Amino acid sequence: MNDFFATTPGYVILTFAQALAILVPLLISVAYATYVERKVLAAIQIRKGPNVVGPFGLWQPFADALKMIMKETTIPSGANRVLFLMAPMLTFGLAMIAWAVIPVNAGWAIADINVGVLYLFAISSLGVYGIIIAGWASNSKYAFMGGLRSAAQMVSYEVSMGFVIVTVLICVGSLNLSDIVLAQSRVWFCIPLFPMFIVFFISALAETNRSPFDLAEGESEIVAGFFVEYSAMTFALFFLGEYANMFLMSALTTILFLGGWLPPLGLPQFGPLWFILKVWFGIFVFIWVRGTFPRYRYDQLMRLGWKVFLPLSLLYLVLTAGALMAFGWLPSVPGT
Amino acid sequence: MQSVLGSYFPILVFIAIAGVIALALVLGSVLAARQKPYPEKLSAYECGFEAFDDARRRFDVRFYLVSLLFIIFDLEVAFLFPWAVSLSHIGWFGFLSMMGFLAVLTVGFIYEWCKGALDWE
Repeated sequence: MNDFFATTPGYVILTFAQALAILVPLLISVAYATYVERKVLAAIQIRKGPNVVGPFGLWQPFADALKMIMKETTIPSGANRVLFLMAPMLTFGLAMIAWAVIPVNAGWAIADINVGVLYLFAISSLGVYGIIIAGWASNSKYAFMGGLRSAAQMVSYEVSMGFVIVTVLICVGSLNLSDIVLAQSRVWFCIPLFPMFIVFFISALAETNRSPFDLAEGESEIVAGFFVEYSAMTFALFFLGEYANMFLMSALTTILFLGGWLPPLGLPQFGPLWFILKVWFGIFVFIWVRGTFPRYRYDQLMRLGWKVFLPLSLLYLVLTAGALMAFGWLPSVPGT
Repeated sequence: MQSVLGSYFPILVFIAIAGVIALALVLGSVLAARQKPYPEKLSAYECGFEAFDDARRRFDVRFYLVSLLFIIFDLEVAFLFPWAVSLSHIGWFGFLSMMGFLAVLTVGFIYEWCKGALDWE
């Protein structure tokens, strides 16, 4: 059997199987994140939430999916048809392919490339294209405004996110995601880099257009923003893409700051269990924030991004680098 | 398959799977659902009104300004990535060179701030 996987066709089949082993649980998690979100929000507001379809409403995500599939796919007469259909697929696809490099357990990264962080940074930067293409191709004022707002918001927070990632890289000395996790075997980075952890998580909220930064789709002002013209599965793909991005950001926070698959407090390790728990905890915080905070105004959003997070993360980066240099605590680069 | 390029092969697989899933979902929905378009349904949504004019009109120049600022700072981050990884090799000289570069950019940032390029009203 091992001989078979060493051959080229065997290797290809193995890679496909591994990719599906990541993507299928991811898609199921994404489907259930919508259910969990509604249940948690309901609990916060002392309601019941979905409870009709199946026991405790557990079949709700599948009922929703079925409904979405059976709806009509409208393409507005003024839209650029190809771009209009391409945008949701792009958003969804990018959220999927970023998972190729995520290490869910020791040695379980499917593509264990040596520039993992750079790859994730690049893919999450490309996410802005799906939104701006959707806003432009719809040829609708709400969609256009929503697309612009969303693009400006995402690029603003990406800068401070970049600085935070560089701060972590200084402490690790490697771009490989597994190395980043292993560097935290003594102490998780959320403790020495606590301010950066907070900046990163809030930037992650802004990057995924989640509340309190959901201005791009602010229902009360620009109806649904960039996807106002979308229907049926094209709409659902945006939705799935947004939730998959939430999972991605949560996974990234886990890897950079919460020690990835490493167990807390010296507890035993059960494969990727701790990683999954930490990612779901991140999702819970995403929902918790949504149930608690009112939406920001656009000028407040921009001020927070450019005037608070950017100087703060830059300063902390310089301080971290300076302290590590001065005390000679810099990590040596792992053998290349 | 153990070469450097070989480690990127799974990414290609992911792109293929994601593309197939996205296409299959959209096409499946188009085939499964009854399509009954008419002009009112296909017109751009404007809260029930007829669309006044073209949606692609002038917009606030600040969006453009933000993207310009973003290019400067994202490039800075791109420069910082290799610097952060090799900091232990390049020593104080490398550290101080990057501090000089950051100082120049910070001066530019302060100028933008004072000019009001970061304000939205």
